[in-house]
Amino acid sequence: MPKIKSIEELQKLREEAQKELKIRTDTGTVITVGMGTCGIAAGARETMHAILQELNKRQIDAHVKTVGCIGMCVHEPLVDIEQAGMGRITYGKVTPERVPRLIEEHLINGRVVEEWVVARMDAVK
Amino acid sequence: MRELSLHILDIVQNSLEAGATHITIEIDEDLAEDRLTIRVIDNGRGMDAETLRRVTDPFFTTRTTRKVGLGLPLLKAAAEQCGGRLTIQSAPGQGTTVTAEFQHSHIDRAPLGDMPASLMTILLAEPPVEVRYIHRVNERRFELDTRELREALGDVPLTHPKVRQWLYEYLRQGEAGLWDVEPAGADQTLPGNG
Repeated sequence: MPKIKSIEELQKLREEAQKELKIRTDTGTVITVGMGTCGIAAGARETMHAILQELNKRQIDAHVKTVGCIGMCVHEPLVDIEQAGMGRITYGKVTPERVPRLIEEHLINGRVVEEWVVARMDAVK
Repeated sequence: MRELSLHILDIVQNSLEAGATHITIEIDEDLAEDRLTIRVIDNGRGMDAETLRRVTDPFFTTRTTRKVGLGLPLLKAAAEQCGGRLTIQSAPGQGTTVTAEFQHSHIDRAPLGDMPASLMTILLAEPPVEVRYIHRVNERRFELDTRELREALGDVPLTHPKVRQWLYEYLRQGEAGLWDVEPAGADQTLPGNG
């Protein structure tokens, strides 16, 4: 039986996390998953968990957050990837099965998966 | 929807769209009374009497508030087909309380499903929302309050990779403890694809 987690453990985590926080905020990656009714119905919860699993497996540090409906419901599940200095790309129909390739191509190889892109916003120069 | 935890996620999204900053989610499983009650209480903008009257009509939709659509009608149908009911209390400026009751043992009742996954999705919401979660199964109880978590974390956000990993484990252990079972998928550090 694993040790039962307690809130006190979080305070230890806080010290570790604080050391890295600045670096991550400055250079980090933010992944946003649309979680309106349309997204949920299309499987966005499972997509988000596939993303967390893949990031964990590959030991990639990235913030993952959820937002409500951002429009383009027909393309759900929608996933935005934003990297400092690299702009923001919105991918459509990101099923859990597509997640490993998306993470590998975009985050590891630094190549946009053009055929899944539904919108993009260039980095502010 | 195939899981009640997806309905809960959907109803909580309504609360977020209504500008809620505090949401309480209660799940009460009383096996002696054969009752499962889900309650979502928010401090969002609330609804007027006319909106409240029509909110479970699937064909009534105003996308400006996002308080309507298929979410509530689907939950109402799910409750009523299981010998239960859906009640909504709301007033402008007073927030909204949605209560769904089910006969626990009803053959058509969808499983509660992956509550840790739904909660993680809510906890990673942007803008952040304070969540109080209480799940009771008979005499047992699992609770989580994000204010307590944020107090322990200081300026480290819940979205921090190390924190979210911890949170997911914490939720899985807490939920499993209600039923005397090992957390599902104990060989994984994060959940699979559904």
